[in-house]
Amino acid sequence: MRRAILAVIATAAGLVALLSFKTHSAERTVATPEPSASLPPGERSITGDVANTAYGPVQVQVVVATSKIVKVNVLEQPSSTEHDLQIGQFAFPKLISETLSMQSARIDSVSGATYTSGGYIKSLQSALDNGA
Amino acid sequence: MPASTSAVDVRVRHAEHVMGTVVSFDVPVSARHDGSLADAIGWLHWVDRVFSPYRADSDVSLLARAETTIGACAPEMAEVLAACALIRDLSGGYFTAAPGGQFDPSGYVKGWAVERAAALLSRAGSADHLVNGGGDVQCAGGRAAGEPWRIGIADPLRSGRLALVVSARDCAVATSGTAERGPHILDPHTGQPASGLASLTIIGPSLALADAYATAAFAMGPARARDWTASLDGYAAFAITAAGDTWHTPGFTRHITE
Repeated sequence: MRRAILAVIATAAGLVALLSFKTHSAERTVATPEPSASLPPGERSITGDVANTAYGPVQVQVVVATSKIVKVNVLEQPSSTEHDLQIGQFAFPKLISETLSMQSARIDSVSGATYTSGGYIKSLQSALDNGA
Repeated sequence: MPASTSAVDVRVRHAEHVMGTVVSFDVPVSARHDGSLADAIGWLHWVDRVFSPYRADSDVSLLARAETTIGACAPEMAEVLAACALIRDLSGGYFTAAPGGQFDPSGYVKGWAVERAAALLSRAGSADHLVNGGGDVQCAGGRAAGEPWRIGIADPLRSGRLALVVSARDCAVATSGTAERGPHILDPHTGQPASGLASLTIIGPSLALADAYATAAFAMGPARARDWTASLDGYAAFAITAAGDTWHTPGFTRHITE
């Protein structure tokens, strides 16, 4: 579960980076989430806090089945400019698919160029050691 | 121990800062209780004290300054030097215990030390464990009954991503590359940083050898490395070139999971 949460945090960080290219007034689009009651047995949804970006609020929801993310819903995203719409059309689906593919890797360890003590902090191995 | 409790697979993860990097352990909880995890950690710190070129009073530093003799060092020194000479000859001089001209067997010592740490755990009775020394892995058994360990190979061209995932059981996975510390691997024949490869991974039984082979092959550059790694008995290679192309030796195929 920690790994799933890490992936969502990484996605959120990516979203914030994308949304930070320029500033403008916030306008929000609120999508209609699937009601939890319609989820198949064994699945549950977790809704994240609203992240306030320079572009406006972003909120995501993940659907989890036996500690694996099976779906990511973007509940709220800015939509007041052409740039926002592009993000909604291309970037969100890409980040969502990366979230899903990263956790599907289910890795135990990482082999790569030798990191220093300092470089370890930023490594995937460090995330695994911390129970991600 | 009753069967009902032995079936419960409680595992411990531990990260130890040592040898200028971090060595990560994934061990059964028994390794903590029987002291073998502590023994393995103690061993790594002993190796650091004796073999670190960054400690002025280490045997390696004393030897480099000709202030001691091999016979006066810990007996492991002769073992390490013999192995370095063997790999130097096997690699046509692309691996050396004196990269850049100064005596420094670190290119062999880290993999060797991590392999020995894993062996200490095996000797104490652990069947399934994994030790990762700064990106070079020695594993025993698997992640769970009947399941091999799944080890991601870092993508050297896209930080934080994996190039692929390999399955491994009772073997070592070592990767040399420029992603973490820049172009630091020298071609001993030219004295210049090796170029042409972004990373090179070796899989085989021993991490001491796999790590040294990866360093040698990286120093060779793409063309020579491909021929040389294909000739290694029991060791397989996977490479990513600086341009982002990949190749692997035939023996590597069975490790690729997806």
